[in-house]
This record gives sequence, structure tokens and C-alpha cells, in this order.
Amino acid sequence: MDKLRVAVLGPGNIGIDLMMKLLRSKKLDMVLLAGVDASSHGLKIAAEKGIATSLEGIHGILKSGDIDIVFDATGAKPHLIHAPLLKDAGIFAIDLTPAAVGPYIVPAVNLTECLRDHSIKNVNMITCGGQATVPIVRAISRVTRVEYAEIVATISSLSAGPGTRQNIDEFTETTSDALVKIGGAERGKAIIILNPADPPIMMRNTVYTKCDSGRIDEIKASVLQMAQTVQQYAPGYRLKVDPYADGERVVCVIEVEGAGDYLPKYSGNLDIITSAAVAVAERYAQYKLEEAKA
Amino acid sequence: MRKIRLIDTTLRDGMHAVSHQLTPSQMAGVAAGMDEAGVGTIELGHGDGLGGSSFQYGFSRATDREYLTAVGRVLKNAKMDVLLIPGIGTIEHLKEAMECGATTVRVATHVTEADVAEEHIHFAKRNGLETVGFLMMSHMASPEKIVEQAKKMESYGSDIIYVTDSAGAMVPDDVKARISAVKNVVAVPVGFHAHNNLGLAIGNTLAAIETGAEVVDGSVRGLGAGAGNAQLEVLVAVLAKMGYVTNVDLYKIMDVGEQLVEPLMHRPIVINNAALCIGYAGAYGSFLLHACRAGEKFHVDPRDILIEMGRRKTVGGQEDMIIDVAVELAEKKHQGGR
Repeated sequence: MDKLRVAVLGPGNIGIDLMMKLLRSKKLDMVLLAGVDASSHGLKIAAEKGIATSLEGIHGILKSGDIDIVFDATGAKPHLIHAPLLKDAGIFAIDLTPAAVGPYIVPAVNLTECLRDHSIKNVNMITCGGQATVPIVRAISRVTRVEYAEIVATISSLSAGPGTRQNIDEFTETTSDALVKIGGAERGKAIIILNPADPPIMMRNTVYTKCDSGRIDEIKASVLQMAQTVQQYAPGYRLKVDPYADGERVVCVIEVEGAGDYLPKYSGNLDIITSAAVAVAERYAQYKLEEAKA
Repeated sequence: MRKIRLIDTTLRDGMHAVSHQLTPSQMAGVAAGMDEAGVGTIELGHGDGLGGSSFQYGFSRATDREYLTAVGRVLKNAKMDVLLIPGIGTIEHLKEAMECGATTVRVATHVTEADVAEEHIHFAKRNGLETVGFLMMSHMASPEKIVEQAKKMESYGSDIIYVTDSAGAMVPDDVKARISAVKNVVAVPVGFHAHNNLGLAIGNTLAAIETGAEVVDGSVRGLGAGAGNAQLEVLVAVLAKMGYVTNVDLYKIMDVGEQLVEPLMHRPIVINNAALCIGYAGAYGSFLLHACRAGEKFHVDPRDILIEMGRRKTVGGQEDMIIDVAVELAEKKHQGGR
């Protein structure tokens, strides 16, 4: 055994982008894309690439019988149904919906901690804005107390699919919750803005933290180091404006350029969450393969 | 005689002009005066609506709950209205506003993004609120595009559809084209919200009414983002002269302006250079004070910031982009100087 077998559930923008990334993985074997609608564009792309498809959704995956990891890119409500079925089947679930059945995971922050805990069989990827900003808040809170963290994610309208649009409250609520639980802030707030400009804008995130801004030098060093960690799995992640002190707050701006795997490069919002999900799966696979050898 | 419904935004849009610093009791005082003057609908809260209090937009002096509770106590006849911008505020915020007695909600999106409001409008309608679909920055979309978005807002259940000139960037022909196009395709009343950055708030409001708008916004002393809104007491006088009925008492609303609103203002609402640039460039009205502060901090002309914000096609709520633009302009200036 040198690769784990993975399936993607949900052939939308996220599912397709995930599939493209998984096809390049040295530790993961992309074996199945499951949806429920025969007209899904994603299923056609999978078929063209010689990947098996199923129209039976979660049941297609369960029937397949030999899947190690499932990425759920459907929606919060479907995932609530999928989660117990995957658990019973002993399949590790990486949840890209706002359902948050399992703990939040951000590879640059709590990857090892989550994956070394063998009782955790389902992890949640928060939101695109969460993957982009939680590491920064964590980088600051490991230096000094963060009383309040606020993030503003601006994404191009073209890269916000119907799932994002119908769940915009869940985006803000889940992201602000993760700023506290994983970022280490005492209180959190998230704002999302859709911008329809053409050509489309790159995903942009402003992070404001209320903290001891007198320690800006240490904060800056910590944030720069964290950005490098994120870049290891999301190469298009960069600090557009380095952290600077502004009164009692510290401000910085992050831009995320996508890899252009499925949607164009402006869709960094898609890329940051799919890249993070693949990073989780690869580390999980690494541990499993090590265990198998031992 | 045709009846025009007025919605007052002094205590919501006006909050931009005072950096969201009114106290609940100040709001209650103004609201009581407006109610007494016959204003039928009063919108209040942070300038960016429910949940708007933030680093991004400025923290308000008090919480949504404190403002709504204070105003709710004094209103006798007027409807209490709140603004909800999905992406900033959530249904949870709206539930809180309803507990405090809000009866009308305006669910606002950028003019091309109506579908982010679907859940919020459904929720509001299910819970018996009067619900207004509010299409912001309408100058940025063609009448055809606005028609498509207005139909969506109507299909979700909006009782009124608003064409909103958030940048005060439209001239009367722009307003007429948009209002008449929307009027032609929706069955519900159409509304218009003006800003005065080009000196056209009253004129544009009249253009909207002439082409079929039945609901229009105003604020006492024009208190609002940028160069302010259509000045309510002026609108009341003009509409009376033209034979429209508004139910607002002119003397009483003038008194609210002089006795209650003026003492709370940080500066007179005028079309200063920065405000004019907002209208000219089509940038979001509430960028005004943020651009002035960034201009001071980074030593660049706020006019340049605002024109660049318009050129980049920024939308409502992108106050954080002002810093980027100011930093870039400062760098350019620095390089040019060497």
C-alpha cells in the first residue's frame, strides 16, 4: 500500500477543484467522484479523466467499499446525513461544508494535534475566509493576548457559487467562531463582501486584531513565519500589507491567488480551502502509511 | 392627489456622518420628534446596519439592542425600520431587532448580488415583517441588469424594491431609466434612496417620483454618508408645493432639524471636495470620512483615494481597500519625488 484511496462527494466548483489537486498527489489516489445529478459538469470532467463516477451520492461511495478518505463538498444539511454513515463505514471525513460536525482544522495551526488524536474521524475545513485568516490570528495570539479579531473577506462574485450565496450567514458565523476556537482570539467577527468587478478581483482578506500593538515587531515576525507555513500548501497565499500598528489595533491584508486548477486564478477563495483539505488528507495518509509499515 | 411614502434615514445613514456616535437617548429624542411630525417610517442603527459595529466601519456608541430599545419606547405611530446587509448582519441580528420591536427591514445587497438576500427576505416575510429589497450602488449596473435583480428581490417576497444611489453618482436621466425599468417589471411599489454628492438628491428624488417611485428616502438636515441624503424637510416642502401628500408636518419637521438634529451634528452637511469626488467617481458614500482619515495618515489627497476607489469598481463595505489605495498612492508619490 503506497497511496490511500479517496473519493469526492459533490461535483460542484469545490469538488472539481479538489479532484484536480488530488490527481497530482503522491499519497492519495483519486478513485471516485459522486454526485446525484447526471447533468453535473464535474461528473463529465471526471469521466474524461478516467475517474469513476457515481450518481448515487453517499451510497455510491459506501458501495464502493474500499475508500479511506471522503471529501464532502455538498452542503451543511447533506453532510449531517453523510457524517454518521461515513463514521460507521470507518471512512475518514474531510468536511468542506459549514456543518462542522467534527473539530475545525487549519493545517498551519492544528494539523498534527487533530490527526494524532485517533478518536477524530471527521474534521471541518471552516470556510475559505477562515482558512485564510485564522492562521494570522493564531500567529498574533501566540505572541500576545488578542481581545478581539475581525476579518473582512472580499471575493469576486464569479467565484461565489450558489452554496456560498445561500449560506452567507453560516460563512460569517462559522468563521468568527473559528477565529476564537482556533485563532485564539477572545471574541471574533467576520464580514464577507462579494465584488462583481470585471476583470475579477483576487481574494482579499483584511485582519484586524485588538491587542498590544506595542509588540508589533514580534507580531510581524510571527505573522511572516505563519504565512510561510500556509504557503507550503497554498502557494498563492501572500501578505499584501504586512502587519502594522494603528492605535490599539494591528492590521494586515492577505491576498490569495488560486492555482487556476479549475476556476481561474482570481478564485483564491476556492483554492485556499481545497488546498488546505488536500494538505489534511496527505498528512492523514502519511500517518496511516507509516502505521501500516510499522 | 398622489401620496408619497417617506422613509427617514437620519438615524441610520446619518450615523455615518457622526462616526456612529449618537447615543440611544439622542436617537430616542430625534425619533420622538419625527414621530410627532408625522414621519411614518424611521430607520435607525449603525450606518452599515445590523451588526455593522466593527473595526472595518467604526464601532457605534451603543449596541443595536440599546438603540432599538430606546427608540422603540418613544414611538407612537411610526414603524421602526432596520437595515440588514447580508455578509455583515445575519438572521440572528434580525431576530434580536424583532425582539426590540422592529417592524420593517430593508435587506440590502450590491446591485448585482440580490441572491445573497434570499434567505433573509424569506425569514423576514415568514415572521411578518414588512420587507424591502434594497439594491445598493445602482449606478454601477445597467437598467437591464437592475431589472433582473429586482425580479429576484420580488420573487423572494420583498414588499417594496428600492433603487439605491449609494454613491450619489446618478444624474436624473440615470434615475429615470432605472426606476421606470424596474416599475415596468415588478408588481410591488418601487422606492428610491438618494445621496447629494452631485447636488442632485432632491432633483433625483423628483425624477424617481415622476417615473413611478412611490416610496422615497430622506434625512433631516440631510444627515447621511458623503454629502448626505435628500434633506427631508426640504423634500416635504417641495412635494407639498407640487401637490403630493406626505402626511409630514413641515413646521414640525423643520423644528426637529433645528432643535434636535443640528446640535448633534459634528459638521454641517455640505458638498465638500471629497464628497463631490465620491459622486463624480461613483464610490460608496460612507468612504468619505475613512478616506479623509487615511489621507491624513499617509499624506495623500483624499480626492485621489476616492477617485481610485471608483476606478477600481469597489462596492459598498470595502472600507478596508482605502488603506491599500492610500498606501499605494503614498508609495507612488514617494517614488515620483525622488
